[in-house]
Amino acid sequence: MDPLAAIKVTFFQECEEQLAELEGGLLAMEGGDHDPEIVNAVFRAVHSIKGGAGAFSLEELVRFSHVFETALDLIRSGDIPADQETLKLLLRSADVLADHVRAARDGGSVDEGRSSAMAEALEALASGMGGGGEADTGDGFSDFVFNPVAIDLSDTAAAPDTSIEDLLARVTGEVEAADADEGAEGDVTWHIRFYPQVGLYQKANESGLLLRELARLGRIDVRLDVSGLPNLQNMNPEDAYLGWSVELTGPAIEEAAVRDVFEWVDGDCYLDIVRADTAPAPTLAQTLAQTPATSIDAVGEVDVMALIRAAQAAEVPGAAMVPPSSGSAPAGAPARTEPAKAKEAALDAKAQAAAREASPQTIRVDLERVDRLIDLVGELVINQAMLTQRVAECGLQRASSVAMGLDDLEQLTREIQDSVMAIRAQPVKSVFQRFPRLVREIAAMTGKEVRLIMEGEGTEVDKTVIERLSDPLTHMIRNAIDHGLETPEEREAAGKPREGVVKLAALHRSGRIVIEISDDGRGINRPRVKQIAVDKGLISPETNLSDDEIDNLIFMAGFSTAATVSDISGRGVGMDVVRRSIQSLGGRINISSRPGQGSTFTLSLPLTLAVLDGMVVTVAGQTLVAPLTAIIESLQPKAADVRNLGPNAQVIAIRDTHVPLIDIGRSLGYRTVTPPPTEGVALLVEGEGGSRAALMVDAIQGQRQVVIKSLEANYRPVPGIAAATILGDGRVALILDIDAVMVPKPHEGLGAAPASTGGGYDLSAAPTSLAKVG
Amino acid sequence: MEDIIQRKSGDSIELISFRIGEQEFCVDIMAVREIRGWTPATSLPQAPSFVKGVINLRGAVLPIVDLAARMGMAVTEPNERHVIIVTRICDQQVGLLVDAVCDIITVDTGTIQQTPDLACDVVKTFVKGLLAMEGRMISLISLDNVLPTLEAEQAGAETASILAA
Repeated sequence: MDPLAAIKVTFFQECEEQLAELEGGLLAMEGGDHDPEIVNAVFRAVHSIKGGAGAFSLEELVRFSHVFETALDLIRSGDIPADQETLKLLLRSADVLADHVRAARDGGSVDEGRSSAMAEALEALASGMGGGGEADTGDGFSDFVFNPVAIDLSDTAAAPDTSIEDLLARVTGEVEAADADEGAEGDVTWHIRFYPQVGLYQKANESGLLLRELARLGRIDVRLDVSGLPNLQNMNPEDAYLGWSVELTGPAIEEAAVRDVFEWVDGDCYLDIVRADTAPAPTLAQTLAQTPATSIDAVGEVDVMALIRAAQAAEVPGAAMVPPSSGSAPAGAPARTEPAKAKEAALDAKAQAAAREASPQTIRVDLERVDRLIDLVGELVINQAMLTQRVAECGLQRASSVAMGLDDLEQLTREIQDSVMAIRAQPVKSVFQRFPRLVREIAAMTGKEVRLIMEGEGTEVDKTVIERLSDPLTHMIRNAIDHGLETPEEREAAGKPREGVVKLAALHRSGRIVIEISDDGRGINRPRVKQIAVDKGLISPETNLSDDEIDNLIFMAGFSTAATVSDISGRGVGMDVVRRSIQSLGGRINISSRPGQGSTFTLSLPLTLAVLDGMVVTVAGQTLVAPLTAIIESLQPKAADVRNLGPNAQVIAIRDTHVPLIDIGRSLGYRTVTPPPTEGVALLVEGEGGSRAALMVDAIQGQRQVVIKSLEANYRPVPGIAAATILGDGRVALILDIDAVMVPKPHEGLGAAPASTGGGYDLSAAPTSLAKVG
Repeated sequence: MEDIIQRKSGDSIELISFRIGEQEFCVDIMAVREIRGWTPATSLPQAPSFVKGVINLRGAVLPIVDLAARMGMAVTEPNERHVIIVTRICDQQVGLLVDAVCDIITVDTGTIQQTPDLACDVVKTFVKGLLAMEGRMISLISLDNVLPTLEAEQAGAETASILAA
């Protein structure tokens, strides 16, 4: 990757962070937080995006962020009140800005109509703030910069100066318009000489804005220095030739405040800030004006720095006439130290900003490196377990120093493993933060009023889990608004507030992360759901289902309750896909619904996909691992409890309920003859849909945390097997896919559907077994 | 020495030759990652007969293909004298179970003879060409088809989806 591309990648990564900060800040403001620091942070975010975009010549992005920035600037100064309407507009603008960033990154295109409409709305907001001179200045400058005036260059010989003069007149006129009244005696006056270099403009900064910023500090008298401007024929349109000298007058203006204005352009301009009472009148501009103009004409291209250096050289002899002011900084203000000071001031300001945010320090690390580390630590854990086993085989006593040392080692490796896993853990915020926008968009599309409440955004979970949560959650939130919530009118009729509430909450519960998506809408229309299922042939009309079972019908493949396929939900992807993607993460999904009061979807997911608590068992001479989360209990079957059902199926009675008894050995094809159940151990397991089964194994070896290894990486998916792991003896053991082994294989042709017990409803079996009934 | 370098940069390839029963085979050395002794493999359910199972290769799960069985010969009953050639095929690592590794040979690509038309399609699938060397015949193996083919994988995936459904 060439360096520029690498920087661009970093820029877009930072853009994402800035966008998140922008949205977070705007949401905080919408929530009634009027801390000026938040407004500043929001402004900074947009400004940084604009700056970076300028450096990479991302025109569209610069244009939009500029308009956005102008509006935010007026809010920052208090010229526009940050009311709810404004904030809604700003939030939508943030969405469009995010679109622009993504389009710039991925090469897509932005909805042009939406973008320009938003830009117009922002401009209207900026100009409609009450006719202050500053707004005019701002708009004038944005016009000036981004709507270039066409100059007929073929006619340069005739009247080159007039067109430039016209242009300059606009600039100076507008800047001077900001200069309201004359300075009062006794105020502090600063002489600021500001000569932008071409780099300043390349980074999408704008002199006009900086001058306007100065105007905010006090009264300003701006003089444009056009002496650097070459003949039009010699002019490089992308170069910087103009300079300004500003006299800033106002009560108690600190130097730092003046320097802050130029913080962003530090290093890209020549800047000289001198206090009027310490420095005498002869300004650099004047000196510059006197420097042989002929040389400019002759050279054609103007190097402002060179000119300035020349000017300084001219100034040195005259330094003696500067009266040395007592105690204050050297009045001569050598340009060499000034930029350095400016840099210091900028650094100070940055340090202060960092301290204010008090954010923990972070580094960016390639994910592959972290994964490599996790792999290595996984091997360390395996190796340590092997070592422990070897030592145990040697018959060393448990209290021996070697064994005790190994115990310490075990503890250490576990801690290392936990810490390494924590590197990958990320707060769910990174996926949650997309949803406010989603909700706004869907609310606008459906004409519903929705408030999104998010809780537990700081809950941490493995990055891979987070990445794969985005799609199912998006879909469920879409559903909640589109199907769950009623229209405002319906809500009022039902005696509810017009605004519907969608709540998204994340929390840790017993080693898993639980995510709840709830709405206070109409709840699931059970008669209709059942009717649809019957109409689509998913169930037979006679099927008698409990409320829970009806609710769970929406997870069946080919089920969609929307009467019409809307743009929002019903894109051919149903809740069955959501359920499958959650299951593929080792998670489960549940629904509870109360008519008229809303529905709650509960997702329960493992914190990481890398390790798993497992029960190590022996089946037909093979060592297998059963995920502990699925196991309810283990028991020794008594002959009296096991009954035959049909030609070759068996059930076992466990406290008044009968569950299917499945021999793992036969189910996986390790053996063809099932040994008597009384000789083995039965594991009572619960599948994703809540269905239960007893899995027969020969013996239980113990409980262990195992590192999950992919079978697909070098081989392919194996039916009935979820993944592999490596045990203490260094051998590979297979991890059971409980749901897959619970479902009878088609060729076995079990006559009976799996018994639905314990109030659960076997969804995984539903499509096959129920279809047969229908 | 010069001669070897010359040939390397020219149209010659280096091969690792190995033995299965009485027959000698070889594979491109660039596909071989390492050679190791036999360790007991964990058998996989519903696997084809030529897939011996999986072993632990320093933390990775490595499937072992019995090359003899894969080419329609008798299934190998492996012991510690057997050898696993760890190869890289596409993006996957696969271990090949063979009787013994013989030699590293450098041959001119021009001397590789075409596989004669044989009745046995299985052989034709795996043998890319023949080499005559010091009175021996060495078959050049194409590794692309060693793991179950795409159709077989699709069938496997279907079974999996039926099971999952």
